[in-house]
Order: sequence, then C-alpha cells, then structure tokens
Amino acid sequence: MIAFERVTKRFGSWTAVNDVSLTVGEGEFLVLIGSSGSGKSTLLRMMNRLIVPESGSIRVEGTDIAALRPEELRRRMGYVIQSVGLFPHWTVERNIATVPVLLGWPKARVRDRVTELLELLNLDPRRFRSAYPHQLSGGQQQRVGVARALAAEPRVLLMDEPFSALDPITRGALQGELAAIHRDTGTTVVFVTHDMDEALTLADRIAVMDHGRLVQTATPLEILTHPAGDVVRDLVGREDWGLKRLSVETVGQRARPEPTIPGAPFPSAAPLHRALSEMVARGTDRLPVMDEGGRPAGVLHLADLVRGPATSP
Amino acid sequence: MTAPALVPNRVALLLALFLLGAAFALPFLGFAPNRLLSGKPIPLAAALAAPWGWALLLPGAVLLAAPFLRPSRAALAASVAAGALFAAGLVGLAGEHAARLAADASPAARASFGSGFWVMLAAALLAMADAMRRLGLGAAARLAVGAAVAGLIALELVAGRLDQLSILKEYANRRDVFADALLRHGVLVLAALLPTLLVGVPLGVLAQRSARVGRLVFPVLNIVQTIPSIALFGLLMAPLAALAALLPGYGISGVGPVPAVIALTVYSLLPIVRNTAVGLDGVPDSVRQAARGMGMTPRQILLRVEAPLALPVFLSGLRITLVQAVGLAAVAALIGAGGLGSIMFQGLFANALDLVLLGAVPVILFAVATDALLTVAIALATRSTGWPTGRSAV
Repeated sequence: MIAFERVTKRFGSWTAVNDVSLTVGEGEFLVLIGSSGSGKSTLLRMMNRLIVPESGSIRVEGTDIAALRPEELRRRMGYVIQSVGLFPHWTVERNIATVPVLLGWPKARVRDRVTELLELLNLDPRRFRSAYPHQLSGGQQQRVGVARALAAEPRVLLMDEPFSALDPITRGALQGELAAIHRDTGTTVVFVTHDMDEALTLADRIAVMDHGRLVQTATPLEILTHPAGDVVRDLVGREDWGLKRLSVETVGQRARPEPTIPGAPFPSAAPLHRALSEMVARGTDRLPVMDEGGRPAGVLHLADLVRGPATSP
Repeated sequence: MTAPALVPNRVALLLALFLLGAAFALPFLGFAPNRLLSGKPIPLAAALAAPWGWALLLPGAVLLAAPFLRPSRAALAASVAAGALFAAGLVGLAGEHAARLAADASPAARASFGSGFWVMLAAALLAMADAMRRLGLGAAARLAVGAAVAGLIALELVAGRLDQLSILKEYANRRDVFADALLRHGVLVLAALLPTLLVGVPLGVLAQRSARVGRLVFPVLNIVQTIPSIALFGLLMAPLAALAALLPGYGISGVGPVPAVIALTVYSLLPIVRNTAVGLDGVPDSVRQAARGMGMTPRQILLRVEAPLALPVFLSGLRITLVQAVGLAAVAALIGAGGLGSIMFQGLFANALDLVLLGAVPVILFAVATDALLTVAIALATRSTGWPTGRSAV
C-alpha cells in the first residue's frame, strides 16, 4: 500500500529521518513509535507530502507520490492530528464534509455520509450536526476529527498522536472505536504514538524509530519477546513487562477446551491481562469463556497464564 | 461596603446633578437680533411654559429619580426610555420655543442652542448609554435605541418644528451647498476606502506571511500616523503640484480632492494592514495544519478558513479606519477638497457658531452611525460561531 525506499529528510544539519525503508501492507494497522525527536511524525507527514523527502522514494498504491499533486494525494488520505484542528467557524457537519465538498460530492450524498459517520463515532446526529466546535468536549472534538478524516472513504488513514491529549477513559473509548472501524472498513492505518500500551493494543505491526532510524519492525508479540536492543527494551519498559506480555494475547488463545463451569462467562476476544484482573477481582483461578456469539468456549486457568510460551527480556 | 448604598447608581447621580444644574443655572437658548451679535440668554423655565412643554418634566423626573432606584431591569429600561425621550423632547422644545420667539421678531433674529441645552442633551444621552450598558444590551439593541432617538428628532425636523432654530436657518440659506458638501464628504471617505482596501488587505496578508515585509511596512505606517493631518496635506501639495505641471490635463492638482484622498488613504492603511495581519495571526496553527492535511490549496485555505476567522478583527480595523476618515475628511476642506469641513471653516472664519454646527453635527452623526453599524456587523460575524473566543479584537 505504502512503500518507503531509502528515504532521508534533513532539517538544516539535523537528520530527522535517516535512510528508512518500510512497507505498509494493504489493510494493515501500523503503529510508528519512538521518543520525541525520533522522526516518527516526520515519516508520517511525508506520506501525504506535508514534508518532502530529500532522497529516496515513497510509493502509494504503486505510484510515486512525487508525481502527484499534493492536494489530490491528501484528499485520498484521512489525516488526524493531536491538536484536532477543527474549523471553528464551521458546524460539525460542515467540518466533517470538508473533503467531500472539496471533491465535489452531491449534497445529498454528503449529508448521508455525515449522518453515517456521526453514528459510527457515537455522536447523536440530531444533537451534534449543527453544533460548533467550541461547544464540544475534547473527546467529542477528536471524534469529529476522526469522522472528518474518514469522510471521503480514504484507503489510508494517517493519525499523528490523535489521542495523546485526551483523558485515559476517553482515550480508551476512542481506541476501541478506532479498532472497530479498522476491523470493519479494512482501511490501512498508520498511527504515530509515544505510548507503548497504545501501540500494543492497536497495532498489527509496530515500527520503532530512534534518532531518525528504523530500529525494529515487528508484531507486538515479537516486540515484547524479542526486542532488538535497549531502545526497544526501554520503550517497552521493564516494570510491568508481564502484564504487557499478557495484553498482546487473547483469552481464546490460552483457554482449555473443557466443559464450561459456573460463573459469568468472560469474552474470548479480550486480552489476557484483563482476564487476570478479573480473576483477582473474583478471587478465583478459573474463568468460564464464551465466544463472540455468546457460546461456551472452554475455561481459562490461572496456571496457563504464567506458563505460556514466554521469553522474558 | 456592606450596608446597602444610599445611592445605588453614582454615575446616574452625577448626570442627574449636571441635568439639574444646567436646567437652572445655564441658558437653554440664546436669542439675538442677528447672527453676528451674541444672544440674550433664555432659561429652560421660559421654554417649558409652552403648551405641552411640561411634558418634558416627565422623563426629566425619571432621570432625576434613577440614581436612587434599585437597578432592576425595569428601572434601567425606564432610564433608557427617559434618556431617549428627554433628548428628543429637548430638541423639540428648543424648536417650539424658537418658533414662538421668531413670531414677534425680525427675520434676521436668531435663536440658537445655549450651553444649558448642550449639557442637558449630553447628560440625557449619557444616562441612556449608562443604563443600556448596565442592562447588558447587545450591539443590535443599542443601535435600535440610537436609531429611535435619531428617528424622533428626524420626525421633528421633517415636520418643520425646528425650522426657526438658527442652525436650520443657516441650512435654509445653504440648502444646495449643504447637500453638495454632505455628498462630497461621503465620496471622499469612500474614494479613500477603495484604494485602502485594494492596497491594505494584500499588504496585511503579506506582512503576516513574511516577517521581513512586516518589519518594513509597520514602522513606515506607524510614522505616517504620527504626522498631523494638516502637515500631511501640506506635504502632498508640493509634489502633486509638480506632478500636475508635468502631466497637465489629467485632473491632478496640489489642492482639491486628489491630495485629500491620497492623505486619507495613507492614514487609513495602518488600521487595515495591522488588523488584517493580526486577524490572520489569530488563526490557530492546528487549524491551518489540518486544512493543509485535508488537501485544501493555499488559496482555499486563505479564502475558506483564514479569511472568515480573521474577519471580526479585520472589521474592527475597518471601523477605526472609517471613523477616522470621516473626521479627517473634515480637515481636508482646508486644501479645497470640499465636504462638510468647508461649512465648518466658513463658520469659523465668519465667527458664525451655528454655521460651524451645521458642518460639525453631521460629521459627528456620520461617525457615530458608521461606528454603530460596524459594531453590529462585528457582533453578527462573531455571534453564532463563538469565534474568536475570549480574545478582544484590538
């Protein structure tokens, strides 16, 4: 979908991105992570030509983006930033309609699309359609920001620390909604963050940046079990490594195929660290598991949580 | 103070004292056998003796009582109404009494406003403005009240009730000149506004985009603002006269409307350029960044995003520019540009105070009306969107 080949970008004497090659697959959720100044935002902003690389090439769906008009490229990609940047003089509806209007969609289609998106992001269309941005909370503003980015059904969604400024509860809710949107639409997502928990929760693949270089590109499980060097190890953190390790696997992956036991069944799609937390709360070492259809799907044993195929750092 | 104040509204008390003092101690009208002699003072009491004259006492009494009332909405609304009616009534009463005085005097006799009239008029209007502020009326409501006062006085004027006042006798003598001057005044202001906008808005955009342009433009415009208008008119005379000699037949001249429009334009530039730049500066970076990321072209960002967001600040610059230009255009009469200033200066040189008023009063009304209309426009531009939030516009 997106292919970086030996891309370098300098700002004066400072090299923000240094000889990076990276491929983002169709429908993939790729998280770029790194400390501030690692070049992750620069890399993201080169994908829609907000920043132009010095050398190397970037291809989107096979086309070198240097050959495209930047505006045309950007209208094909959704873009969400940390500071949201809603247009304060436009209603929520007009904000969401930004790109469809630029593309000249017919009015009725724009209106239907806005309604659809407001519902998708859990904003009541009757209440929010005609509201102005200053009337919304921070979380509601970023919901509109995400809806605006999705409006023209982009194949790629670029997100630059979109949830970093939100409180933990709102952030968790929006992460869940984003994961669902990604699952349902199959949109390719490139997501920048400095929060490893967020990366582990959302990513299909994590790309770790440090001082402009790509240090490791791997699945969340590999990042945890085979970190490529101290930079990655520091980002993961040593203190609650075990909980993070549990968070990248689901209950279904460790449940034993046994007849179910009494008690409220636990969803098999939930991450393991939540199951552990649930066991502590219930004071038990076994949980009945159910699948998405609510059917019994075995039993999760505490012993299996600590005996899993783990390699500690 | 913990105990309830004896006088809840001190501003209204001060104005009421002025009203009372002017009513008793200062002449309401001056009556002279002709326009050059100074008049015999006529007290308000004499004018009140007219049929219906006592009706003025009613709003007057409200204004005198207002300082002692608890400032409820009803009391404040009564103060607004009383101020408006008293101001309009005062003008009407002056007209009526002038007519009675003129009935048994020679046609050359003049009844002009006395100092008491002006003090009472000012006190009534200020009391009205103070009460409107305390009521928290919006710009549109304040404009409506102002228009109501102006409308009442205009009715008296159209009905001929004010014809025997000296200022209207001056008007009757110069009917054509006055209409001409009024029109010329407006044309001067608008003729300066057009080049100001054509030059000032792009210059403001450039100054905001490039720090170098800003460093170049603002010091120059700031210095220009400090040059007294008379001096600037004078400074323009010599080069324009030289240009006229060089290019005869293009209507260029060292005196007249051309240097006046140039000088007005130069003065008008600073508020327009500055407020255009300040308005654009106020657009949050995140908004600009999002607009670019969404795929807007630079032109679309300027026209659809930056311009509407900068509009309230720009309009307050336009307000400063227009009010300033209306006043400065009066001075332009000195270099033969015409306009209401020419009537004022005629009056000054002839020592005819009412002729000065005939020029000055419309200039004041012109400026006040411009200010009020633009204030309403700014309120409309910011109302629904809540933008800009918590930022005062220069």
